Amino acid sequence: MSIWEYANPKKFMALSGRVLPWVTGLAVLSLGAGMVWGFFLTPDDYKQGSTVKIIYIHVPAASAAINAWAVMLIASLVWIIRRHHVSALVAKAAAPVGLTFTLIALVTGAFWGQPMWGTWWAWDPRLTNFLIFALFYLGYIALWEAVENPDTAADLTGVLCIVGSVFALLSRYAVLFWNQGLHQGASLSMDAQENVSDVYWIPLVICIAGFELLFLALVLVRARTEIRRRRAQALMARERLA
Amino acid sequence: MIALLVRDLRLAFRAGGGFGLGLAFFLLVAVLVPLGVGPEGGTLGKIAPGILWVGALLSCLLSLDRIFALDFEDGSLDLLATSPLPMEGAVAVKAFAHWLVTGLPLTLAAPVLGVLLYLPPDGYGWLVLSLFLGTPALSVIGAFGAALTVGVKRGGLLLSLLVLPLYVPTLIFGAEVVKRGAAGMEVATPLALLAAITAGAAGLLPFASAAAIRVNLR
Repeated sequence: MSIWEYANPKKFMALSGRVLPWVTGLAVLSLGAGMVWGFFLTPDDYKQGSTVKIIYIHVPAASAAINAWAVMLIASLVWIIRRHHVSALVAKAAAPVGLTFTLIALVTGAFWGQPMWGTWWAWDPRLTNFLIFALFYLGYIALWEAVENPDTAADLTGVLCIVGSVFALLSRYAVLFWNQGLHQGASLSMDAQENVSDVYWIPLVICIAGFELLFLALVLVRARTEIRRRRAQALMARERLA
Repeated sequence: MIALLVRDLRLAFRAGGGFGLGLAFFLLVAVLVPLGVGPEGGTLGKIAPGILWVGALLSCLLSLDRIFALDFEDGSLDLLATSPLPMEGAVAVKAFAHWLVTGLPLTLAAPVLGVLLYLPPDGYGWLVLSLFLGTPALSVIGAFGAALTVGVKRGGLLLSLLVLPLYVPTLIFGAEVVKRGAAGMEVATPLALLAAITAGAAGLLPFASAAAIRVNLR
């Protein structure tokens, strides 16, 4: 029994079909609990008022967007090394979800930045990085759409994802070099001296977990849809031949 | 390898090869920006390093799809793939040829355009040096983008979308060198980082590009 057995589409469908309702349920549960707790049961910040509550969408979306790229990278590597089709499909399925989370992070950040920093947009390193990130996602999705043969598309996007990851890291440090930022430093770490107060921290962590679960659920749904679509295509091709 | 280089150069210089297109575009940018921004020397001098680097980058982008597309259409790319020269080498040579016909002329023309944009006197040396060190990276990264999109019909827009985010670090460090040089500040750090990007890209990216070409020829 090894994890590679789930590279078999049939086994993947069976497992993901069983897991999906649980993941979805947990995502709804933790998102609902985290949001309600965060929006209604935490006090307003003494300086930021109630705008502080945007954090419950902004931070989880941003972290899920980065994790989505990591999932794409791992899935692409697995596809290129071991050539399991399910893995390529997962990479394909993760991209639009990641792009959406990136855009959510950018937009909620703008809504928060307008009253707090006095501007919708600033060329702060993290903002700049997320903009570049959105471009990466767009290019990746566009390449998937542009190439007709699914295996060729999977190979090309896989190579792009690996090279893109290296350049995304490079850009991150280049941008830091270019401009110092307005964002606060890390304040959710376990070992940091100064952290976000527990009142905000607990619902925030629940929201982050909720967003990750939501991501997992969406990716599973999209991958399952894609597998079914390919099966349908194969059936139609067989009928045309018969 | 040398034969391939000579062939690519000859194709580029002959009619319809697109040599000079990038240069003309670079000139256009340098002329249009003052017309749009206004002729004040202070403003122009301040943005000149950025404009010159962005102009060089865009002119480079303009000719990228020529690196592989024509060879793919007439079948010479298949011949290259079956030749004893490894695909990695062929890709590197073609990127080098692209640099010789775009990056190098841009580097040489940049000081003249710097005059048009009131680049401060201290900046010229750094402008030429940073373009000389940075434009090879633009060609190599561009060749990677061209290799990915070689099988796509009318992939020009897609190519730009793929390559643009990859150009970010090169542009940042390149423009930073000129900006700091023009202001008389220390330039060693961005210059070293720029050279590192070029060296790393030239050393590693041909492998990725060759892999992409092989997939596209399959």
